[in-house]
Amino acid sequence: MEKFAVDLHIHTALSPCADGEMTPPAVLARAAASGLRVIAITDHNSAANTPAFVEAAAGGPVTVIPGMEVQTREEVHLVCLFAGTEEALAWQEVVYAHLPPLKNNERVFGVQQLLNAAGEVTGIEERLLLTSTDLSLEEVVAEVQARNGVCYPAHVDRPAFSVIGSLGFIPQELQIPAVEISRNINRARALEKFPFLKGYHLLCCSDAHRLAEINRPRTWIRMREPGFQALAEALWDRCRERIEVD
Amino acid sequence: MTVKEVAEALGLKVRSGAAKLDQEVSGVYVSDLLSDVMAHAQEGNIWITLQIHPNVIAVATLLNLAAVIISRGAEPEAATLSRADEEGIPVLTTNQPTFEVAGRLYQLIGAAK
Repeated sequence: MEKFAVDLHIHTALSPCADGEMTPPAVLARAAASGLRVIAITDHNSAANTPAFVEAAAGGPVTVIPGMEVQTREEVHLVCLFAGTEEALAWQEVVYAHLPPLKNNERVFGVQQLLNAAGEVTGIEERLLLTSTDLSLEEVVAEVQARNGVCYPAHVDRPAFSVIGSLGFIPQELQIPAVEISRNINRARALEKFPFLKGYHLLCCSDAHRLAEINRPRTWIRMREPGFQALAEALWDRCRERIEVD
Repeated sequence: MTVKEVAEALGLKVRSGAAKLDQEVSGVYVSDLLSDVMAHAQEGNIWITLQIHPNVIAVATLLNLAAVIISRGAEPEAATLSRADEEGIPVLTTNQPTFEVAGRLYQLIGAAK
């Protein structure tokens, strides 16, 4: 089975804290130049830019998986990945219904740009994305999996917006295949600091908000092809050798 | 009741936004979870928290809060205070624990209404 370099946590210009340069052409070019074969687009509480990225990536060297970074009511960030944009956008409807009805303040949080495949701005998302849904950690994991998606905690080693930061540890009954560690830490250090992560695959992804943060790959996954189903199979396979992370 | 009257009654230290103390207080919200405050605090509220990060001011600005009280002797970060001055958000500090500040505010605001 071939080994693919992946980065499953990348923001676009839709995330208010991300740069306007995070457009489909720019992100895909940077990912290809970095040697990445599979990336996931994971904006805060929205999947609205995933169709543009999937369209822009068609026929190119980098496969795009549509996703989202959801913030639960415990202020835990979860990476959610889906088989296609249809599933991601259906999930977005659920998430939007669980966000407080507040408008973004661009001056405070930044602008939330909707883009097309060419990277042109097609609109501005006005709802406040940079806050919590009122869904619990368990509800999000269960709901995403019921939609045949994959869901796991983001940057668990960070003190803020992480399952360990907010809840102290990972609830044992949580049905997750993996956890993401941030680019500030490596596998050995993460396991030393949080020994209870040993039972999960670790993924190190960039959480890029700027182009320069899409960098050398730190996670490689052995899968039959660079796509969502093969990725989900690899994540749920308990065999340690399926995934390498530095 | 204004922020200024609250600050005087409770002996709070004014750390920023001194020019904005005349705003009327519409009520009080107590929480350390920023997203919870974003979803539930109301315009004109005083917010009591232990959070000292500059994001506190972003949340207060988003909701047009009257003031932020940082309780239990927690020391706001320098960036929080300068951001608060830029945005005109009074930041008040006290050594009293959150329970005590909230209780005294409940008495004050209740009496004023």
